Amino acid sequence: MSTETGIIVPEAASPQRIESPEAKAQRISTSSLVTIVGAILLWMAFTVDGSGTIALSDAFDEVQLPSIEIPGTLTVAICALLTLAAGIALFTGRLPRWGRTVAGLVAGAAVLFGFLAWVAASSTLPFTLTSQLNLTLAYATPLFFGVLGGVLAERAGVVNIAIEGMFLTSAFTASLTFSLTQSFIAGLFAAALAGVLMAGVLAFFTLRFLVDHVIIGVVINVLATGLTGFIYQQLVAKDMATFSNVRPMLPVAVPGLDQIPFIGPILFNQRPLTYIAFFSIILVWFLIFRTRWGLRVRSVGEQPHAADTVGINVISTKTSAVLLGGVFAGLGGAYFTIGSVGAFQDNNPTAGNGFIALAAVIMGRWHPVLGALTALFFGFLRALAQTTKPMQLPIPSDFIEMLPYLATIIAVAGLVGRVRAPAADGAHFVKSH
Amino acid sequence: MSITEVGQQPTLSLRGITKRFGPLTANDDITVDIVPGRIHCLLGENGAGKSTLMNILFGLLEADEGEIRLGETSLKLTNPKQAMAAGIGMVHQHFMLIPVFTVAENMVLGHEPTRAGMLDLQSARRKVRELSARYKLDVDPDALVEDLPVGIQQRVEILKALANDATYLIFDEPTAVLTPQEIDELMLVMQSLRDEGRAIVFITHKLREVRAVADDITVIRRGKVVGQAEPGTSEGELATMMVGRSVSLKVGKTAADPGSERLVIDHLTVASESGAVAVDDLSLTVRGGEIVCIAGVQGNGQTELAEALLGTMTPVSGTVNLDGADITNARPARSIKAGLGYVPEDRHRDGFIGEFSIAENLVLDNLDGFTKFGSLQLKAIAENAIARIEEFDIRATSHTQSVNSLSGGNQQKVVLARELSRPLALLLASQPTRGVDVGAIEFLHKRIVGERDRGTAVLIISTELEEVESLADRIAVMYRGRIVGIVPPDTSRDVLGLMMAGVPHEDALATMKEATHE
Amino acid sequence: MSETRRPAWLQSTIITIASLLLAFLVSAIVMVAADAEVASKWAYFFSRPGDALSASWDKIAATFHAMWVGSVGSWGALTNTTREATPLICAGLGVAVAFRAGLFNIGAQGQAMVGALFAAFLGFTVKGLPIFIHLPLVILAGVLAGAIWGGIVGLLKARSGAHEVILTIMMNYIAGSILAYFMLQPAFQAPGRADPISPVLEWSATMPRIAGSSLHLGFLLALIAAAASWWLLERTKFGINLKAVGLNPNAAATAGASVSNITMITMALSGALAGLAGVMMVTAPESLTGSPPQMTGTIIGTLGFDAITVALLGRSRPLGVVFAGLLFGALKASRRTMVTMAGTPDKLTDLIQALVVLFVAAPAFVAWLLPFLKERKPKKKMTPEGLVAGA
Repeated sequence: MSTETGIIVPEAASPQRIESPEAKAQRISTSSLVTIVGAILLWMAFTVDGSGTIALSDAFDEVQLPSIEIPGTLTVAICALLTLAAGIALFTGRLPRWGRTVAGLVAGAAVLFGFLAWVAASSTLPFTLTSQLNLTLAYATPLFFGVLGGVLAERAGVVNIAIEGMFLTSAFTASLTFSLTQSFIAGLFAAALAGVLMAGVLAFFTLRFLVDHVIIGVVINVLATGLTGFIYQQLVAKDMATFSNVRPMLPVAVPGLDQIPFIGPILFNQRPLTYIAFFSIILVWFLIFRTRWGLRVRSVGEQPHAADTVGINVISTKTSAVLLGGVFAGLGGAYFTIGSVGAFQDNNPTAGNGFIALAAVIMGRWHPVLGALTALFFGFLRALAQTTKPMQLPIPSDFIEMLPYLATIIAVAGLVGRVRAPAADGAHFVKSH
Repeated sequence: MSITEVGQQPTLSLRGITKRFGPLTANDDITVDIVPGRIHCLLGENGAGKSTLMNILFGLLEADEGEIRLGETSLKLTNPKQAMAAGIGMVHQHFMLIPVFTVAENMVLGHEPTRAGMLDLQSARRKVRELSARYKLDVDPDALVEDLPVGIQQRVEILKALANDATYLIFDEPTAVLTPQEIDELMLVMQSLRDEGRAIVFITHKLREVRAVADDITVIRRGKVVGQAEPGTSEGELATMMVGRSVSLKVGKTAADPGSERLVIDHLTVASESGAVAVDDLSLTVRGGEIVCIAGVQGNGQTELAEALLGTMTPVSGTVNLDGADITNARPARSIKAGLGYVPEDRHRDGFIGEFSIAENLVLDNLDGFTKFGSLQLKAIAENAIARIEEFDIRATSHTQSVNSLSGGNQQKVVLARELSRPLALLLASQPTRGVDVGAIEFLHKRIVGERDRGTAVLIISTELEEVESLADRIAVMYRGRIVGIVPPDTSRDVLGLMMAGVPHEDALATMKEATHE
Repeated sequence: MSETRRPAWLQSTIITIASLLLAFLVSAIVMVAADAEVASKWAYFFSRPGDALSASWDKIAATFHAMWVGSVGSWGALTNTTREATPLICAGLGVAVAFRAGLFNIGAQGQAMVGALFAAFLGFTVKGLPIFIHLPLVILAGVLAGAIWGGIVGLLKARSGAHEVILTIMMNYIAGSILAYFMLQPAFQAPGRADPISPVLEWSATMPRIAGSSLHLGFLLALIAAAASWWLLERTKFGINLKAVGLNPNAAATAGASVSNITMITMALSGALAGLAGVMMVTAPESLTGSPPQMTGTIIGTLGFDAITVALLGRSRPLGVVFAGLLFGALKASRRTMVTMAGTPDKLTDLIQALVVLFVAAPAFVAWLLPFLKERKPKKKMTPEGLVAGA
C-alpha cells in the first residue's frame, strides 16, 4: 500500500492566528481591569504617609529576624506604576504569549506587594509576615484537600459541587469518632470513610441514575447540613461529655528544619494534616499524569465513548476517581474539627470552604498543583483579613474578608482567560446505538 | 506480516442478530458472513441499522438474540476488549480519539504499557513509529490529535485498529470526511489490507464506493437484510434494493435564471474560537434564482462562514450585504428579519429544540408574528403547524408531538418548513440532507429548487459531492477559508477533488489532462 | 405506544408522592437511630422487642403529631404555614424561572439579603408616609436590589461565560459581608444596641394581616407572582425564548433569540423574586407580637437553599412551586410544636426537606427502589419509521 500517489495531502495545520472579536473583548476587559486596579493602588499610595514595618518573625520564634522598614508612599506608588504598565502593555495586544504571562505575573505580584505595603504603612503596628504566611497555610490546608477531591472527580467528568457537603459530613464524623475512641487515626479514617460515602452518593446518582451533577451536588450539601445538624441536636448536644470530647491535633515541628530562619516556623511547624496535604498533592499529580489509571481517568472525562471503544470500563473508572476524591475531601473535612479547632459545632463550621475549593479547581485549570497554588492564594487572602484585624486599617475587615470572593469572580469572569474544562465534565455517559 | 497465508483464518459470522431499543427494532434477525481476504460492503441508508450491527460485533452493544461465531467457536462479546482479543478492530465513523491526548497516548489507551507502575510513553511512541512505518501511514506520535487535520486523524484511527493486529477490520462510514483523492487512497489501503489476508467490513451508503471495492455486498433496510448483490450490480439496482423502490438519483430542475445580486460577501474574514483564521478574505456573490454550492472537505471554514452570515459569529473584517442591507455585524434576529433563511449543518445542536413540540419549533424564529397584546396566540400557532405538517409531508401523529420523537428526515423537514414559511431573500442551508433517508432527500432537494425558482438566492454548503452535483448552478470550492475557484456543475470529480485539496482550477485541469495523456 | 404509558404528569406526581413518603420514612429511621434513649432499647431488642418497638413508635408518632398540630392543626397554625410559605414561594419562583433558562441560581440567599437590607432601610428611615405609598416603595426597593444583585451575575455570565453557580455562591458571601458590615453601622442599628439588629420598621412598611392570624398580604402577592411567572413562561415570546435557551441555547440563538440578553434578564428577574422573598422576611409581622418587625443580621436564615429545594420539588413549574412552598412552609411552621410537644430537634425539618429533594431529583432512583411504580414496558415491535434511529 502507499500514500505516495502524488496526491496533495494537507500538511499538519499551522494556520495563521488572528484575534477573534471575543478575544478582543476579553483583552480589553482584562487590561482595563488591571489598569483600574493599578489606578486605585496609585490613589492608595497617597493616602499613607510615613513608613510601614513588616516583621519577619513574631515574638515566639526562636530565631528573631530584624523587621523591615519600607517607605509607604514610594513602595505603593512603584507597585501601582508597575501594575499600570502591565495593564497598558496588555491593552496594546502586541505582547506575545509569554509576554502576556509575564505581564500578568508582574501585575499580580505588584498588586499583592503594594497592598501589603499599604497595609503596613497604614498602621502603627507592624505587619507580621511570618504569622500571615503561617496562617495562610492553616487556611489553605482544607482547601488543598478540597481541590484534590474536586480535581479527581472533574477529571473523570463528574462535576463536584458537593465538596462542601463532604467536608461537613466528615468534619462531624471525625469529631464524633474521636470523641468515642480518642484516636486520631480512627478519627481520620472515619472522616475519609464519610467523605467516600458522600462521594459514593454523588457517583451513584450521577452515573447510575443520570441525575444532573450540579443538582445532586447541591442536594448533597443540603443533605449534609440536615443530617449533621439533626444528629448533632438529637444526639451530641444531649451528652456533650461523651460525644463532643475532642482534643485537636497540635502543630508538629519537624526537628531541625523548623530552626531555619523565616521558612522554618512557616513551613515546618504545621499541623499533621498540612503535611499530609502536601504529600497528597504530589500523589494526586503523579496518579493523574503518570499512571495508567490516570490516563484512563482523563480519557473518560474527555471522551467517554472513545474510552469505551478501547475496552475501558467507563463507569467504574469514573467511580474510582470520585471515591478517591472523597477520601481527600474527607481528610479536608477532618481538618475543621480534630485537625485544628476541636469538637464539631453546629454553626456551619466549614463556612463555604468547599465552594472556595471548587473555585480553586476551576481557576487552577483542573490541575492539582495549579489548583493547590490557587488555594494557597485564597488562604493568603483569608489570612490577611485575620492578620489585619487588629491593625485598625482604614478599610473595614468585612471588606478584606470579601477579597477571596471578589478575586474568584474576577478570575472566573475571564481574567485568567477562558479555561477549558474536561470536555465531558458534567455529561452523562449512556452507551449509544 | 503476521497473517501469512490467505484463507488460513476462519470466517467470522453473525447469525440471526436481533437488537431492540425500546419499541424500535434496530437489527432484525441479521445474518452476515465475514470472510478473510475479502471486502464485504454493508450497504444501507442512514438509520438502517448498520452501525448498530457493527457495534454489536465490536462488543459495544449486546444483541438481544443471535450469536457471533468465529469458525466453529461461539463468541461472547460483551466489551470491546473481548472483540479485540478475537482479532476484531474498528475504525469508527465519529473518530474515537481523545482530542487533548497525543497520538501515542491515544494509540495505547486501554492497553497501556507500564514500567514500575508508571506509564511508559517511550514505548508507546516506539510502537506508533513501528506501526506507522509498517503500514506506510505517516503520523507524528507526539502531535496532539486536536491539532491534526481530519484525514490524518483517520490514519490514527486506522493505526489504532491495526495496533493489535486485527484480522477483521470494520470501517464505519470512513469516507464522509475525505476528499475524492483521499477516498481513493483509503480504498487502496483497504485493498492492500485485504490482500494481506484480512477481512474488511466496509459500511457505507455511497453506491460508487461499493462498486469500487466490494467483493461481497449485503444490503440492509430498516434493520433487515434485504439481499446480497454481486460486485457488478449497477448503481440503480443497488439504490432500489437499499431504498425499497426505484429512486431518481437526479433532481429534476430547469436551468437557472439568475436575477440581480442578492447576497454580496466582500473580503470577509472570520476567526475561529481558538483564534485561527477560519474564513480568509472571502468574497462571493449569489444572485436571486440561482443555487450556489460551496463544496469542500469539512473543517475548511464552512461552519464559520455560515455562522458569520447568520450572526452567531462576528467577522473580524469585511462586509456582508443582503438585498443592499448591511448585515455584517447583525445578530441572528436582524439577519432573519432581513430575509435570511438558515438551515444549520448540525440540526440537533442548532436546528430545533428537541423537547419542544413541532408547533412551537415551527414558529421559533417568528414568535412576533404569533403574538397579540403580548400574549402568544396558541390557536394560530397550532393552525400554522397543521398547515406546515400537511405541506411538507412531516410524518407525525400530532403537532403537539416533540421534535425529538421524529426521524432525522422529518426533523429536517420541520427545520426547512420553518425557514421556508417566511418570504426569503437568501436560503442558506448547510448539509441540508445529512443523515436523512433517500425519500426525504428527494423531497428536500425539490423544495430547495422550488425556492430558487421563486427568485430566492440559495447558498448550499455541502461536503457530499453527489448533493453538490445535483443541486448546484455554480460550485464554489472552499479550502482553508478561501474560495479556490468557482466552476460549473458539470466539472469532473477529479478536478473538484484537486480543488478541494487547494489546487487552483487551471492547475487542477492541467494535472488531470496530463494524467489522462500518460 | 402512548396507550400503554401513563401521562407524564401522572407519572411525575406518583414519583413525587413516593419521594415524600420515602423522605418521611428515612427521616423517621434516622430520628429513631439518633435518639440515644430509643436506640438503647434496641440494644436488647431480642429479649424484649416490645420496648424498642413501642419506644420507636412513640417517638415517631409524637413527632409527626406535633408536626400536624403545628402546621395545619388550627387556623393559627395554618396561617403560620402560609406565613412561612410566602418567602419560600417567592424565592422558589426565582430559582425555578432561572432553572427554566438553564441557569442554576444558587444566589437567592444573597439576593434576598440585599433585598431585605434595602427594604428594611426604607422601612425604618422613611417616616410618616401612608401605607399605600410606603409599602409599595419598600417592596420596590427590595425587588430592585435583588434584581441588581442577580443581574450582575447575569451580566458577567452573558459577557464572559463564567459559570453562574460559582458566581452566585461568591455573590452570596459578598452579600453576607455587606450585610454584616451595614448591620454594625450606627445608621442601621436600633438605638442603644451594639448587636446587628435594626430599629423597628414603621407599621406603614409592613404587610397588613388578618387580625389574630399570620395570614398577610404577602401571601397573596406570592400567589400573584406565581401566576405572573406562569403567564410569562407559557404565554409570551420571552418565555418561549427563555425555555428554548434553557433546553438548547445553540438552537435558540440560531432562531434569533439573544442568549446573552435572555440570560441577563432572567437572572435579574430571578434576583427580583428572591429580593421579594427578602422583603417578605423582613416586612411580615409575627402573629402575636404587638410590635412591628426588625431587620437582623441572620433574618434570611437558609432561605436561598430552601428556595432551591422548593424549586426542585416543584419541578420548576410555578404551580408546583406554590405547593412545594406550602409543604416546606408547613414543615417550618411546625418547628416550635415539634420541640415543645415531642422534644424532637427542629433540624428534623431540614433533614426531611433534604431527603425529599434527594428523591425528587432522582426519579429513576425512586423507581428503582420501588419497582412497582415503573410502568410496564411496551413489547410492541416497531420499525425505525417515525422514531429516532441513532444508528
